[in-house]
Parts: sequence; structure tokens; C-alpha cells
Amino acid sequence: MSDFVSPFWGYYVAVLVVASFAFLVWLLVGNTTKKPAVGQQVELQKHVWDEDLQEWNNPLPGWWMYLFWFTIAFGVVYLILYPGFGTFGGKLGWTSSGQYKEERRVADQRFDEKFNRYKDMDVKAVAADPEAREMGKRLFLTYCQQCHGSDARGAKGFPNLTNPSGWQWGSEPEQIVATITGGHQAAMPAWEQQLGAESVKDVANYVRSFSGLAHDSLRAERGKDVFAQNCVACHGPEGKGNPLVGAPNLTDKTWLYGSSEATIIETISKGRNGLMPTWGPLLGEKKIKLLAAYVYSLNTNAQ
Amino acid sequence: MAMNHDLVEKNVGWLILLSILTVSVAGLVEIVPLFFQHSTTTPVEGVKPYDPVRLVGRDIYVREGCYLCHSQMIRPFRAETERYGHYSVAGEFVYDHPFQWGSKRTGPDLARVGGRYSDDWHRIHLHNPRDVVPESNMPAFTWLDRPVRSDDIQAKMRALRIVGVPYTDQEIAEAPKALEGKTELEALIAYLQGLGTALKAVN
Repeated sequence: MSDFVSPFWGYYVAVLVVASFAFLVWLLVGNTTKKPAVGQQVELQKHVWDEDLQEWNNPLPGWWMYLFWFTIAFGVVYLILYPGFGTFGGKLGWTSSGQYKEERRVADQRFDEKFNRYKDMDVKAVAADPEAREMGKRLFLTYCQQCHGSDARGAKGFPNLTNPSGWQWGSEPEQIVATITGGHQAAMPAWEQQLGAESVKDVANYVRSFSGLAHDSLRAERGKDVFAQNCVACHGPEGKGNPLVGAPNLTDKTWLYGSSEATIIETISKGRNGLMPTWGPLLGEKKIKLLAAYVYSLNTNAQ
Repeated sequence: MAMNHDLVEKNVGWLILLSILTVSVAGLVEIVPLFFQHSTTTPVEGVKPYDPVRLVGRDIYVREGCYLCHSQMIRPFRAETERYGHYSVAGEFVYDHPFQWGSKRTGPDLARVGGRYSDDWHRIHLHNPRDVVPESNMPAFTWLDRPVRSDDIQAKMRALRIVGVPYTDQEIAEAPKALEGKTELEALIAYLQGLGTALKAVN
């Protein structure tokens, strides 16, 4: 693609190209000497080195000359067919973006056949199809495993997708599709300033009591009020969470960041801002459907 | 048509002049005009000069030699755009001095890594890549939790302005303030999170 700021540059390139060709042709013609007849002596060059060292003026080898002429001819043909001569785009109309589009067109044709099979099926039905799951797995291993792990079991701060209770943004197929497409930003605020260290510890003990983890019952009792005043808006009165705002269920055994008292205190004091990136623009609907189906199948398998 | 090579072979001045012309002709034809194209000199919509934090992050990227293993150049092949996103275009790099295209991919291309992972992920990954990608052979960058240098940021921005990055006087004056309290890790992550976000979709 040439979109020069002024037409000068098109002529500049063209003139230099023509001049180069002219120079090479002149060089070749100027160095072509007739092959001597059999028995004929070629002349000696005039210069003499080291008292008596002289050179014959033999012609350049024919095969080498022909090769040189061939490269010039190749260059001319190339510049007629492809872009390169000033602003002339070439007879073939080739562009690198055009070649890329063609590559995509061919590939889309091939793969759409597969994708279209699942176009009108709902995610649950796609998840039941072994080939679709296999395709989804491939996609998962390309785009998702960096955070969720190749076995989809996640890590600290990165949800385990094989665990149905790990789905803080909802485990229904539509919710999974929405999560992958648009991403999610979790927003657990930092409560350290507002509550103070003691209250944070109380509430942490109360939260641990939900799932029967060891806790200080006195602190838990005190934490109950703090929880009711500050935490219920997102986590609900019973701490069961709310997928609409990504607030996790605190009563199960799934802990994204860890369930130790120290970790829960850290979570409450400093807040957590987990981020699921947006994948819609890169992956598109068809791939997201297969991914959602694969992930959904992991979820149901585990149930 | 006889040629007088004596002229070139016996006169060093001519030899030097013609040699330089010969070796530079391809550059004159193929490289010089690229500096005078709209597509190479106009920023893509949404591409802005690096703010001070990202600029410092970029210098850390260069200092740590990230470019030795990571390219920032997605070629227009389907295999690449499927994995990384829209192929790179010249207008995305107009404020890069020098660009970080790289030529070696021991790790993945980073031209569109912006927004692909969370800041938390980058923090964990830079501290010890094996914590999130067990098979990774990337080194751990454990020493980045230290304050950024801010005494030379204004000089850097002024130097970049000379080569055409449109920083205003006000931006330069406020730069050291923007760096207050930032660590190198934060700056580097800010730089990474901004990479290639101007072009979103695959096509």
C-alpha cells in the first residue's frame, strides 16, 4: 500500500528503479566480450603487477551472464505483476491485507461448516456433543489456561471452573456466555479504614462460621452485627452471595483466595478486584459458544 | 562498448563513492519513502503518546530485555491473528521510539497483551511465571517491587518531543507527580495493559 504524503515519492521510487535497471543493463553490455575462436589468443590487459604479473582479458562466463540477464528480466516481470514501481499497484492487485483476507475466507469456509452445526443449538445441547467439547477444549487451552490452568482447576485468585460452586458470576449457560463475552470486574471494597482491624477480625470469624470452619464464637457473635450492616448488600443476609454482582457464596467450601483466618482478614481489609477480561471482540460468538459449552460440561461433570 | 574499470580500480575516491551508492540504493528506494507515507506516520485512532507511568514501564521493558524473547508484531497470517488478535499496523507504533517489534518469540507475542489478563495475573506472573503457567520458562522478575526513578522523566519526555511525540509543556511539568509512589512493577504492568488496545476485533 502506498499512500505517500506527496506524489513526489512515487516518482522518486520509479526514477531510482529505472535508473538501477539502466545501470545494470549498461554494466552487462559493457562487460560482454566476444568469445575468442578456437586457437585465438585473447589480449593481455595493460597493467603489470609485481614486475611481470599480467591478466588475460577473458570474457565473463556465459552461464553467469545469462543468470544476470535472467534476474533483470525477473525484476521487470515482478514489478509489472506486484506493487513496487512507484505508486503502481501491480497487475495482479496483490496486497498483504488482501492475501490475509483470502486466507481467512478459505479457513472460515472450512470451519464454519463445523461451527454452523452448533449455531442453533443451545449451550447445554452443545455441551452434550463430544466433538464440540473437544473443540471447546482446544479453544480453552489456547485462550483460557493461562489463568484457569490447563485442567481448568484455577489457582488462588483464578476460579476453579470444574467446581460448580466456584461460579461467582453464575453457572447457567447464558451467564457463562455473558461472562466470557463481556468479562467481569469484581469489586470487593477495602474495609480496613471503615471497620478497623478488630471489627475486620470479628467479621472474618463470623464468615468462617458459615461453613463450619474453626472460629472464635465470641468474635463471630460480634461480627454478626458488622456483617449485617456492611456485607449483606452484596453477600446477602445469609452470606449466600449474589451472582449479579459477582459476590461469592460464603457458606460453601469454595474460597477463591483462601479460607484461613489470615487470608479472609486480608480479603476484607484490602478488598479484592478479580478481573475476567473481555473476550467478545477477539473470539466472536461462535467460539464463545463452544467455550461456554466446554466449561459448562466441566461444571456438570463435577456435580 | 568498452568499460574503463581503471577509473574505479585505481582511484580510491571513486571506489568509495560508487560503493556507497551501490549498497545504499535498496535502502533509498525501499526504506526512505516509508517515512513519507500517511499509513506509517499517522497514529491509528485511539493510539496516544505514552503517559509518564507507561513510558517508565516501557523503559523497564527495554531494560529487562523483554524484547529478546517477546515480539510486538502480529503478522497478517490467520494462525497469528487467531491467537493474538488483529495484525499489527504501522500507525500503532508512531509514538514508539524505538519500536519493540523484536524478532524472536521464545515467549508469545505481546503486541495485544493489553487487557488480556488482569493486573493481578501480571503481578503474580512477573514475580514467578510458574505460579500461573507451570510449564513457563520465563525468568522471574522479583526485584521490580521498588520505586520508579522519576528524576529523569522530564528529560525523556523532552527528548521524545524532539523526535515528534506531541507532549505538551503541562504534561511534562506534571510527569514527576504522576510517578509518585509507583513501583516498577506497577509501571511495567501499566505499560503492558496498554499494548495494542486501539484495535480490538480480529478483522
